[in-house]
Amino acid sequence: MSAVIAASAIVILIITGYVLVSGAIPVVQRFGANFFLGSAWNPVEGREIFGALPYVVGTLVTSGIALLIGVPLSLGIAVFLVEMAPRTLRVPIGYLVELLAAVPSVIYGLWGLFIFRYWMLDYIEKPISTYLGWIPIFSGTPFGLDIFTAGVILAIMIIPTVASISKEVISAVPNSIREGAYSIGATKWEVIRHWVISYGRSGIFGAVILGLGRAVGETMAVSMLIGNATGPAAMPTSLFHPSQTMASLIANGFLEATGSLEVASYIGVGLILLIISLLINVGAGFLVHRVLKVKGGAIE
Amino acid sequence: MNTKYSIVIAIVAIVIILGSVVAYIYLSQPSSPSAPQITLQGAGATFPYPILNAIISNYSTNVKPNVLVNYQPIGSGGGISAYKQSQATVDFAASDAPLTTADAVNLPNALHIPETIGAVTIAYNLPGISSGLHLTGKVIADIFQGTITKWNDAAIQNLNPGTNLPAESINTVHRSDGSGTTFIFTGYLSTSSASWNSSVGQGKSVSWPVGSGSSGNTGVASTVQGNPYTIGYVELAYILENNITVAAVQNPAGSWVLPSLASTQLAVQSSASSGLPTGDASWSGVSLLNTQDVNAYPIASFTYLIVYKELNVLSDMNQDKATALVQFLWYVVHDGQDLAPGLSYAKLPANVVQIDETTIRSITYNGHTLSTT
Repeated sequence: MSAVIAASAIVILIITGYVLVSGAIPVVQRFGANFFLGSAWNPVEGREIFGALPYVVGTLVTSGIALLIGVPLSLGIAVFLVEMAPRTLRVPIGYLVELLAAVPSVIYGLWGLFIFRYWMLDYIEKPISTYLGWIPIFSGTPFGLDIFTAGVILAIMIIPTVASISKEVISAVPNSIREGAYSIGATKWEVIRHWVISYGRSGIFGAVILGLGRAVGETMAVSMLIGNATGPAAMPTSLFHPSQTMASLIANGFLEATGSLEVASYIGVGLILLIISLLINVGAGFLVHRVLKVKGGAIE
Repeated sequence: MNTKYSIVIAIVAIVIILGSVVAYIYLSQPSSPSAPQITLQGAGATFPYPILNAIISNYSTNVKPNVLVNYQPIGSGGGISAYKQSQATVDFAASDAPLTTADAVNLPNALHIPETIGAVTIAYNLPGISSGLHLTGKVIADIFQGTITKWNDAAIQNLNPGTNLPAESINTVHRSDGSGTTFIFTGYLSTSSASWNSSVGQGKSVSWPVGSGSSGNTGVASTVQGNPYTIGYVELAYILENNITVAAVQNPAGSWVLPSLASTQLAVQSSASSGLPTGDASWSGVSLLNTQDVNAYPIASFTYLIVYKELNVLSDMNQDKATALVQFLWYVVHDGQDLAPGLSYAKLPANVVQIDETTIRSITYNGHTLSTT
């Protein structure tokens, strides 16, 4: 019975891959490697040229920002809830954090579009641009709809996932580990940092990968906040420039795509997105087994 | 043993519940009244959706209660794909842009029926400056191409000698989703600027040299309103409903015209009197841009209903459905137009309605024309 269910998951993956590959063939045949490595994107009839590289980079950059901001925050939340908060606070605050995951992503997009973007613009982007604008990564006039805002919203969206799983992992660390560490004179911070987190590091890494998976695939909120540039202008050169992710490109352009080549180009971008998501998950599993040594209790 | 037993019980229960639901739905179909229930499916552009929806609900409530029209605003491209003769899943399509030669291959002998009129306005946000900033097509094209970067550029200042323009960078906003509004706007820019025509061109989705994108007319309007020194293009209905600051664009007669229902209708009227194709010809050359009337707004366009001339090419069409479709189309271009001003759409002028009447009368089923009333 369970074998049938497991097999059906593989079947769905194969069917999805087949549909995407067969849909993308026209554009791959026409442009070859340039589709994967080129930057131009022109759907005008007669001048078609499609290259998906800026959107791949945009996806990775926004997800990277989301992880950079979201993971330390999530770990902090998890550590606070398990190690430091009074017992009575643990359940309500944990519940509130998980409630963040219940908010639909389009609500995050709307809130970001009408409210959060102006906070970012006035309190964070404009000051940074005034004082640190000479650094290339902060160059350009901030407009509010850019990679940075999209990355921060994505960070907020992955916090509940990463925080709740990390919380479970950290609370599963046996007390004997902590007691042993205290007995040799470690401070609370040293215990958390050197013993607890490193004991649970494979679980925490798994949580981070789940968060990354959500960030890579997130469509609605990102397409409302990322500024939606296309073509070479979408290559992220500065945090304050508008850009585009693969998911937002498909969401924006697919419905009105006319002509088989344009439709095939969006399917091709979908195929690249699927491949990258698979690579991230497979690579993460590999890393967990080889580098992090999945056996619980392996303390370095 | 227990698990197997409970699985069997669960399956039986599900089958019984599903079976009763299906039976209920089947049995609760109203027994045929004197006029059988007819459903017409349409799909296509999002721009005319508000007025088409109002017309449809009015039609079902007040005119023909047994006819249910179902319109899905999935986009012009989606509508045309859904209407391809080889695999048509809808009875009519709607598109902001006329059929291209490539589309016409997939939809042979399809008629264009202009159903309402749109205009593209230039919305901007300049603190202290209200509606009516003078702009020409060439200047607008240069702004969106990135050639003009500052608001106090000589080109803009010369058109507005009495206005104090700020020395700020211009933020341009375009549509991130493919849209008929973009099609009309880029068409206007292509006729106004040779360099726009050669480097960018016209399309529902183009490669914008500069600027950021927002989704939908609402997205562009709200981005313009929320950020100073920003300029974008928005459909007429949105700026009328929301009092957004817009530019007065110069038309070929030299006047600076603000977009309004009246100036849009004048654009259509003057173009229609100078010659529009018949419904069965190609409309890809039709342009309501830069029409002759002295008070006409220069950026206007039709939005079309696309219907096959001979309806028997649609696999699930029959005589009753074909008659219902023709009567619905007749209603759209006549009484349905009365709903337009209330929703900030321009009514079709009389000469365009006449062309539509000829077109609708030419629709046939199995070679016979159909009654329009």
